Amino acid sequence: MIKLGVPSKGRLMDKTFEWFGAHGITLRKAGSEREYSGVVEGIDGVELVLLSAGEIPRELAAGRIHLGVTGSDLVREKVAAWEQRVDALAGLGFGGADLIIAVPEGWVDVETLDDLDAVAAAFRAEHGFRLRIATKYHRLVRDYLREHGVADYQLVDSQGATEGTVKNETAEAVADITSTGETLRANGLRILDAPVVHASQATLFKSRVATLNVEDRDVLVRLTAALGL
Amino acid sequence: MSDAAATETQRLLTLFTDAGAAEIKTDILQPAETLLDIYGEDIRARAYVTADPLRGEMMLRPDFTVPIVQAHMAGGVDPARYAYAGKIFRKQELDDTRPIEYEQVGYEVFASDDPAQADAEVFALFAGAFDGLPVRAATGDLGILTAAVRGLKTSDARKSALMRHIWRPRRFLSLLKRFGSDAVPSAKRAAMLAADDPFAALSDVGVRSRAEVQARLDRLRDDAQTPPISTRELELIDAILSLRETAPHVLSALRDIALDLPPISAAVDTLARRLDALAARGIDVDALQFEGSFGRTTLEYYDGFVFGFSATHRPDLPPIATGGRYDALTSVLGRGRAIPAVGGAIRAELVAEIRVPS
Repeated sequence: MIKLGVPSKGRLMDKTFEWFGAHGITLRKAGSEREYSGVVEGIDGVELVLLSAGEIPRELAAGRIHLGVTGSDLVREKVAAWEQRVDALAGLGFGGADLIIAVPEGWVDVETLDDLDAVAAAFRAEHGFRLRIATKYHRLVRDYLREHGVADYQLVDSQGATEGTVKNETAEAVADITSTGETLRANGLRILDAPVVHASQATLFKSRVATLNVEDRDVLVRLTAALGL
Repeated sequence: MSDAAATETQRLLTLFTDAGAAEIKTDILQPAETLLDIYGEDIRARAYVTADPLRGEMMLRPDFTVPIVQAHMAGGVDPARYAYAGKIFRKQELDDTRPIEYEQVGYEVFASDDPAQADAEVFALFAGAFDGLPVRAATGDLGILTAAVRGLKTSDARKSALMRHIWRPRRFLSLLKRFGSDAVPSAKRAAMLAADDPFAALSDVGVRSRAEVQARLDRLRDDAQTPPISTRELELIDAILSLRETAPHVLSALRDIALDLPPISAAVDTLARRLDALAARGIDVDALQFEGSFGRTTLEYYDGFVFGFSATHRPDLPPIATGGRYDALTSVLGRGRAIPAVGGAIRAELVAEIRVPS
C-alpha cells in the first residue's frame, strides 16, 4: 500500500483534493467532516493519510509515508539535508507564499542585507546584545543569512503573531511567510530589498527512505503516470 | 572510543604535561550564551543545544578553547600552560557518516613575553607528536592580513567593516570590491540621503531609536564621500591572500609587498622571528608550507599564527590537528583584560587511524 499524506483540513486540503481530482484521482474524507480517515478512488493500492501539514515533512523523512503534500518551506525547515531524504515531484501551484525578512519602516537606512549586517554590528555595540530576528524558520533563515554574510544577529523563536514582535520590543526584525505583505505593513514593517529566503508553494514530495515492495513500485508507476509526472 | 584512540589520547596528554602543562578539566555542558556571543547564530547548526530549567540554554562542549580561556582569565598565572583531553560534540547536518563526538587532546599557552617563541613552542610540540606519522603541516598568519587591512588608506569605518568579516572570505571580498569601486549609491539611497526629512510620516517602532538611524545616515553620507580604495592596495591584499609557497619564499614575497604597504612590516617581522624560533626548535622551515588564506574558514577567533596538520595519503579525512593564536578572544572573554594566547587541538581517533594502515 502506498501511503499518501495530505493536510487534514482547510484550504490546503481542499486544493490538494482538487489537484488530484483534476488528474482523475478522487480523494475525500470518509464519513463525517470531523473524521480523519480518507478514501481514494480512481486508483488501487493508495491509502490516504490525513495529517497536520506541519507533521508531513517528519513522516516523509522517517519513511512512514511514501508521498506527501505540504509546503516546500516546511520540508526545508524541518528536514536536515532534505534533498537526500525526499524528492520534490511537483509544485502544485497553490499555497504560494514568500519567506522574507522585514524591518521597521522607520529604518530608512536599511534597504539591503548589507545594510542589515552593518546595522547589526552597530546595534550590538550600542545595546550590548545581538540584533533579534523573530521567526519560526530557524534553519532556513540561518542558512540564508550565513550565505549572505550577515553576522551579529540572533534568532528568537516566534510561533505566531510574529509581525507584532517588533512593536512589542521582543525583536528588531522579523523573518516570516507573507503572500501580500498586508500584515507586515499594518505593523509598521517593510520587506528588505533582497532575494526571498524561500518562495514556498504546496508541493508533492516522495520519501526516498520509505520501503517499497514490488506491488508498491507498480502502484507508484501508475500513480505518477496518472498525475502526469 | 577505540583502544587505539585511548592509547593516543594518553600518549599525547603525557607529552603535553611533560612539556610543562597543567592538566585542566572543563564541563561538558557549557552556557550557550557565551558561545553564541563568540561564534554567532551559526554555532547552533554545529553544536548540540539543550536546556536547563534554571540555567537556560546549554551546549554540549563544541570546543575546549572557550572554557579554558574563561578559566584562565578567572585567575591563571602568566605564563601558564594547559593540557586537556576529552570529548567534543558536533552536529552533522549533511553527512551522517561523520562522527558527532570525538576525542580532542590539546595544549594552550598563555604568555605575554614572547609570542614568536610561544607560537614555535606549540607548533614544534605538535610536529614532534606526529613524528614518524604520514602528516603534512600547513601554516598561515592572520596577523599579516589584519595588519594590511588596518594599514589601508581608507576610512576607519571601512576598515572595521573589513576586519569584522576577516573570517568570512566571500563577504570580505565583496566588501573589498565595493570599497574599491566608485560606490554609486542607488537612486533611491541617494534621494534618501539628500532628503530634508527622510522619515516623512514613517512610524517609529522597536528598540532601535531614530537617533541610531540618524547616526547611520551620517555614516552613510560620510561613506559616500570616501574615495575608493586604490587598485594598487586591492592588488596587494589579493597578493597576500594568494600566497601559497614554502615559508622562506613567502617571507621574501611579503618583504616586497611591505615596501608598497609599510603597515604590514611589523607583522612580517613577527613572521620572521617565528620562523627563526621554529628553526631553533628543529623545524625544517625551508620545507614548511605557508598559505595566505589559511585559517580563515575554520573557527573565527584565530588572529595571528595558524597551523594545521593533515594526513598525507588520506585526503578524505578532516585535519588531524589545528591551532593558532587567539589574542583577541582573550580580550573578549576577559572583558577588556587580554593576554596573548596560542594553542591547538589534536583529534586522537584520527591519529590512531593513520597510525594503523587500514
